[in-house]
Amino acid sequence: MHATKKRVNGLAVYAVLYLMFLYAPVAVLPLFSFNDSQYITFPLKGFTLQWYKQLAQNESIIHAFLNSLRVAIPVSIISTILGTFAAKAVTRYRLRGRGGLIGFIMVPLVIPEIILGISLLMTFSLSQIKLSLITIGVGHLLLCVPFSMLVLISRMEGFDRSVEEAAQDLGENAWWTFWRVTFPIIFPGVVASVLLTFTISFDEFVLAFFLGGSDATLPLHIWSQLRFPDKLPSVLALGAIIVVVSTIVIFAAEWIRRGGVQLTKQSKI
Amino acid sequence: MSDVIVSINNVTKDFGKVRAVNNANINVMKGEFFSLLGPSGCGKTTLLRILAGFELPTEGDIQIDGQDVTLSPPNFRPVNMVFQNYAIFPHLNVASNIAFGMRKSGLSKQDLNEEIEKMLELIKLPGYGERGANELSGGQRQRVALARALIKKPKVLLLDEPLGALDKKLREQMQIELRLLQQHVGITFVFVTHDQEEALTLSDRIAVMNHGDIIEISSPGQLYESPKSRFAADFIGTMNFFSCTLTDYSDGVCIADCPDLGSVRMTCRDSSIAVGEKFILAIRPEKLSLSFEELTDPYNATRGRMGPSAYLGDRSHFYIHIEGRNEPISVALQNLSGSLDMIRNVNREVWLSWSDNAAVMLPFEEPHNE
Repeated sequence: MHATKKRVNGLAVYAVLYLMFLYAPVAVLPLFSFNDSQYITFPLKGFTLQWYKQLAQNESIIHAFLNSLRVAIPVSIISTILGTFAAKAVTRYRLRGRGGLIGFIMVPLVIPEIILGISLLMTFSLSQIKLSLITIGVGHLLLCVPFSMLVLISRMEGFDRSVEEAAQDLGENAWWTFWRVTFPIIFPGVVASVLLTFTISFDEFVLAFFLGGSDATLPLHIWSQLRFPDKLPSVLALGAIIVVVSTIVIFAAEWIRRGGVQLTKQSKI
Repeated sequence: MSDVIVSINNVTKDFGKVRAVNNANINVMKGEFFSLLGPSGCGKTTLLRILAGFELPTEGDIQIDGQDVTLSPPNFRPVNMVFQNYAIFPHLNVASNIAFGMRKSGLSKQDLNEEIEKMLELIKLPGYGERGANELSGGQRQRVALARALIKKPKVLLLDEPLGALDKKLREQMQIELRLLQQHVGITFVFVTHDQEEALTLSDRIAVMNHGDIIEISSPGQLYESPKSRFAADFIGTMNFFSCTLTDYSDGVCIADCPDLGSVRMTCRDSSIAVGEKFILAIRPEKLSLSFEELTDPYNATRGRMGPSAYLGDRSHFYIHIEGRNEPISVALQNLSGSLDMIRNVNREVWLSWSDNAAVMLPFEEPHNE
């Protein structure tokens, strides 16, 4: 009788192994960031916060971090705005060549970033545009708009068009219909898009490597620091912070998105 | 009462190669409950959406209360719509849903709240203002959709199958409420439905549509008792059709020869059919009587064989086979004393009879295979 209850669930084992593979390496990061040694080796030496202190005093890292914010914040906002417009156009209007158009916008997702980086670099240098954080941002925009669009298309398709028609019918023009009906309904998608594109831009390396001028973003800076063994522990500390913050952000995004999904599901009765 | 409020003139709508509405001409009177009735895909919803301004007609024009609104966008028309799925704003509560269209009304907050309260009273949901849109049942959503439109005091209220999503009991209850509400507020209703019973119950007049054409516009009684087309006769209720030839006409009495029925005598209603011409004779199932005793009348009596029957509580349906005719004749009898004896007499010989004014004459058309 009890034999069946003890049967090994292969799927559960697989899931556990998978999650370990996914998160064990990530857990190494915070672990060693508290280790009182410069070298990444077991056994652990002792608990310390010195790498975090060092990090807080490291102005070049803080500068790079601020640079990343300077790129990622505008990129996430602009790409979400563009993604919203594109998603609205694709889902709400009878567009000729709709499929082809979506395909074209999605292409940056499949072109290897290194190719994209080189071609953008060539374009910028041919048009004599000086490389800076702005050129990085432009490159990131190209990468982020497809993601925003995907998130928002699914959101737009998830709610009934007739609520927008109802708003028009009740006297609102297209502008007000968008702000009073469409935007509140797709809001969770907008938040998800902002958070997603922010993370993409924040840790993007290849494009930033090609398109960056003298100002480095955080991934570029971390890359440059890896050459110096004594800097490594504070990079680990930084990594640990980033992991914790992104986890919180992703959970928040998912929580907001879930709330929104329920909203539209029930409205479809 | 007799003023025209909506005037649809020669309206045609093509979607690519498909003609959704073909040369529609309708005048809806002020205060009228007007229904567009037809099977799905007949163009009734397209016509309603043209009235609302969501579709532009390919040809023709629309006038509402004397104003040409053919090209006006939906937000500039004095009409409001109740959508098929109600389209309640999911992110707003009931009061905000009802108040949605009042942004530019210029009412003070207090006056607006009073208006909302009045509407909630009207739709019998007082105290529901703070409820979220997701906490409403289907019937309640439908009422909120009504209130949201009615608070705008539209000249015409457009309703797109608003009762379609409700279960039968609730639908019947809402039909009565809708009719009372319409009489109470005195607003013209243009109502789209595929449910013929609903159209008969609610409407002052009905336009029957099929394949984009307006087949017939009549009052429910006329439509049921004396339809002018085979389609309308067939679509509304059940109808038995027979091919006949008119043999004699005098003093408003027509004599016809029908292969399936023998000689038929009837009160003439359609003078457009000449003696010697073919026509379609139509008789409702409930206008036929059954008898096991042989009838010898020279007119309006014919012999058949009992087919299957169905007991429906208040009435019973019988299917009578006639020699040489493929489809059985449908007969409906009230279950009064005696009629129950008729049930389960399969193959027994039976006599059908009907009165002079039971039959309707329709113009001849080849039976179509649908």
